[in-house]
Amino acid sequence: MTMYRLKRLSLFILVGIVSSVSLTAGGAHAATLPVAATDVARDWDSIYWFLMWVSAFFFVGIVVAMAIFAIKYRKGVNKRPKYLHGHTGIEVLWTIIPTIIVLWMFWWGWLVYKDMVHAPQDAMEIHVIGKQWQWQFVYNNGKSTVGDLYVPANKPVKLIMSSEDVLHSFFVPNFRVKQDVVPGMYTHVWFEAKIPGIHQIYCTEYCGGLHSGMLARMIVLTPEQWHNFQLGKEIDLKTLAPDPTFPGYETLNNVMMLDRQSKIAAAEAPKNTGGQLSLADKGKALMAAKGCIACHTTDGSKLVGPSYKGIYGADVKLADGRTVKADDNYIRESIENPTAKVVEGFPPSMPPYKGLMSEEEILSMIEFIKSLK
Amino acid sequence: MGQTAEKHGDNYINHSAGIKSWLLTLDHKRIGLMYFCTTMVFFLVGGIFALMMRMELFSPGMQYMTQDTFNKFFTYHGAIMVFMVIIPLIPAALGNLVLPMQLGAKDVAFPRWNLVSYYIYLGGALLAASTLFIKQVDTGWTFYTPYSIRSSTSATYVLLGAFTMGFSSILTGLNFIVTIHKLRAPGLTWDRLPLFLWALYATSVIQVLATPVLAITLLLLTLERTLGIGIFDPKLGGDPVLFQHFFWFYSHPAVYIMILPAMGVISEIIPAFSRKPIFGYKAIAAATFGIALVSFVVWGHHLFVSGQSELANFVFSLLTMFVAIPTGVKVFSWLGTLYKGSLRFDVPLLYAFGFLFVFTIGGLTGVFLAVVSVDVHLTDTYFVIAHFHYVMVGGTILAFLAGLHYWFPKFTGKMYHDGLAKVACWFVMIGFNVTFFPQFIVGALGMPRRYADYLPQFTEYNRLSTIGSWILGAGLFMVFINIARSLKSGKPAGDNPWGALTLEWQTPSPPPMENFKHDPVVTDGPYEYRGENVHWGMNA
Amino acid sequence: MSEHVTAAERLAGGHAHHFKDGDAEFQACKSGMWIFLVTEVLFFSGLFVMYAVLRVFNHDMMHEAHQLLNWKLGATNTVILICSSLSMAMAVTAAQTGRTKDCVRNLWITELFAVGFLCVKYVEYSHKIHEGILPGALWHYAEMSVAKAPLFISVYFVMTGIHALHVIVGMGVIYSLIRRAGRGDFGPNYFTPVEMTGLYWHFVDLVWIYLFPLLYLVS
Repeated sequence: MTMYRLKRLSLFILVGIVSSVSLTAGGAHAATLPVAATDVARDWDSIYWFLMWVSAFFFVGIVVAMAIFAIKYRKGVNKRPKYLHGHTGIEVLWTIIPTIIVLWMFWWGWLVYKDMVHAPQDAMEIHVIGKQWQWQFVYNNGKSTVGDLYVPANKPVKLIMSSEDVLHSFFVPNFRVKQDVVPGMYTHVWFEAKIPGIHQIYCTEYCGGLHSGMLARMIVLTPEQWHNFQLGKEIDLKTLAPDPTFPGYETLNNVMMLDRQSKIAAAEAPKNTGGQLSLADKGKALMAAKGCIACHTTDGSKLVGPSYKGIYGADVKLADGRTVKADDNYIRESIENPTAKVVEGFPPSMPPYKGLMSEEEILSMIEFIKSLK
Repeated sequence: MGQTAEKHGDNYINHSAGIKSWLLTLDHKRIGLMYFCTTMVFFLVGGIFALMMRMELFSPGMQYMTQDTFNKFFTYHGAIMVFMVIIPLIPAALGNLVLPMQLGAKDVAFPRWNLVSYYIYLGGALLAASTLFIKQVDTGWTFYTPYSIRSSTSATYVLLGAFTMGFSSILTGLNFIVTIHKLRAPGLTWDRLPLFLWALYATSVIQVLATPVLAITLLLLTLERTLGIGIFDPKLGGDPVLFQHFFWFYSHPAVYIMILPAMGVISEIIPAFSRKPIFGYKAIAAATFGIALVSFVVWGHHLFVSGQSELANFVFSLLTMFVAIPTGVKVFSWLGTLYKGSLRFDVPLLYAFGFLFVFTIGGLTGVFLAVVSVDVHLTDTYFVIAHFHYVMVGGTILAFLAGLHYWFPKFTGKMYHDGLAKVACWFVMIGFNVTFFPQFIVGALGMPRRYADYLPQFTEYNRLSTIGSWILGAGLFMVFINIARSLKSGKPAGDNPWGALTLEWQTPSPPPMENFKHDPVVTDGPYEYRGENVHWGMNA
Repeated sequence: MSEHVTAAERLAGGHAHHFKDGDAEFQACKSGMWIFLVTEVLFFSGLFVMYAVLRVFNHDMMHEAHQLLNWKLGATNTVILICSSLSMAMAVTAAQTGRTKDCVRNLWITELFAVGFLCVKYVEYSHKIHEGILPGALWHYAEMSVAKAPLFISVYFVMTGIHALHVIVGMGVIYSLIRRAGRGDFGPNYFTPVEMTGLYWHFVDLVWIYLFPLLYLVS
């Protein structure tokens, strides 16, 4: 290899360095993080990009060194390897410099973290209950919603969270907040949303069966909308802006996610069902979405409540000694007012669903139970 | 055994025949090969689970399986790959083969316990794997409580299987420590010990110190499931987060059980193919122990959002930073070794280059996750998946493949097919990066891990990842075709095809039953490439 | 295979082929045993941490609940185990000096103490099982309603149970030593198994010496 070619090569490599640093860090700037919808999220982004630039620098440096060595010191080019055991100065240097860098990263990260976890004194409190597989939100005025969390924009909000069953984790990418939700203890997150509209919420701690369907929507309202919400007026979600990170896509909660899945299943269902889900299949999806199968199995085994398998048409012994036939009316009653006729050997712990489900939904559930012979 | 055997006569492979002579062998090389074969079978099983998961994730919605099935797949993929493949892969398979030979010993200190250790591993692995056929487990390999207490699957047997395999790990570690202390050849002083052995030593220390804590944790969880002792069960007043502390007290050091030996392999290969002494021998050995030491005090960084105290987050974030420093020292030292070397790009060095490339990404993204605030957004997303696959697959598996090609001629006496091996290496490298790089982005955008289904906006990244998994699968398939083919019809390799200086190369290939014809005496360091040694020897 | 060394060869100073001499082999075994004991310490340390966590957060409960345990029986067992340690040490010395009969006798005495220990444990356990003082979910003891008291009993059963398991394993090993010693396997040139078992047995005693005050004497 002539000197000239080597020089051209190093120029080529230099261009490579610059462009790849820009690509890995700068180019990624555009679309690899969710929109920052709070001030804390913006601080978070600063440290993230600081880490990214430092990493890109080291990574590109190492790779370029490898590339140069691979070319310059190939066996054919360099026949006399240098007999060298180390160099104390440079070894000390590459120990101390990274130490300073990572300590700086730690300290900056810690400062941002303190802002992330310490809610302002005047923050509005909302309670969050995680359960397989839905999020329930309870407001101080006694109102409660499932799957959709309504909050005012530009006001600090503190969530007090607990779980009814197993671990969950509350995650809002646009706010850069995440916190495990633990049974038997309260955990917190806080945020002050700057962008009204809808933001995606995920469950990020594996919680069994429909973990990936345990979504919710963060609905950030303008002062006027928030006022209406508190008065109990219906908010037309169609008029709200979709998740700013993915404006072309719908933001989903757990029920919508299930619905989407059943639509996909329906689209792929064989033609003889006319591309439609059967009523029983709809009931099955609904049972999953509402979290029924957290307590009731479909295979005959006992959980918190009796199994659905083989219950339809059977004679059921109740806790008060009576026996009833599990027909359509009994199942309907057990959904709407479960403590009226509790099956023997089970606690009266199921919440009533009266008024929370449409006629068609109840029908589909009964049909599903019927199908489990 | 063809030419090699005729030339050298008796070796450990043809020494005695019959299946019994293998199953009851006390020879470390045969036990190493048995470990190798077993781990490869489980690697195949775990890999198939991975491919099927990626298949399902090709599109949003559920295509080929239910959510429950997907949850079982990632549980088995994780449990098999961690407990049955990566932990025993380099220490037990390559370590058993190489360690006594690099020491100039005839065997490990306790050959009988070595065999017992293999059967304990096999028994535990089969016990855990047997649940594939009845009530498959869906708890995730981390067994987080209280879900793992409630799960009505046969999780108990997987727990007991992992518990059992722990004893195998402990016995191997114990055996290696005593062997390194007591059976070094004359002249093999501590500052002449090959770096692979320093790495195995540090690994063994972690195995011996951390595995018992996992054992008691899994035992307590088993009792929790069978008797309801309540320690981890919030319903009975217990603390589910305590389980996470116990679990990660082992499982974080376990990460270094997986990566330290991999680093050791790289430290052997780079000087041999650069024909230079390793740059900063003492720094690398010290860094190895530095990492092992720090590994015991950083487990809490897995719990930044678990609800542990702010003070704990402060301390664990700070301590975790100190993992980056010795790791950086190693990477820089390897680069220093390449500097002004005379590099010959055989397959082991190709893989070592691949290792440096991806391990650097894995290490740097680890710093992201160590910074407590940055971790809050990234933890439990695909960013974490990508990070630890860059370390576990990109680090450990690539280093294993490097070591496999490096020592294959020694232990079989045959050479692999060079062309096929190089093509396979490129497939593995490209496939790996195409699979896992998009996961960094999709994770930073918010896609959580362990999701059977995902939102449509993540489709492109997932498609790319799935296509990458096919390329990676094809590459690994080629590696094993090459091995199978070369075992039958590989060219004779010669005793020291790489002209390497460590002791295992100073004896015939394959080695005789007791490793050396004459007891070796060491007179120089393991990487003293100078004078005559710089040349590749007669086989080059 | 030459790895196998017969008892007669060992008594004559023989050793496994991959060691340089019998002493090197003995030293290796000793190091191995110590490392094994370290893993045992860490195994139990998990339990001690569990105990500590419970105690830090539920100090009053621990104080109340520990009264369910009979400290007199616990103290008896402590004495029994200390005595057994003594007889074990005597057995080791006897093996080292080639007094086979003495060795066997002391090993039997150790076994006897171990049986005594387990008998006392049996009395304690059966009383608790009878009363319903049981771990966690199984608890149905009506006379105490301190919250989380069942957790203390869980810790008690798990810790003493695992310790008792170690005693039983030790008894099995000691029994095999008795047979081998009776056969004349040990002498001044070879007593490794006896010494190693001795180390193990002292460790098991030591664990109890920590368990006893922590569980029975909470103040």
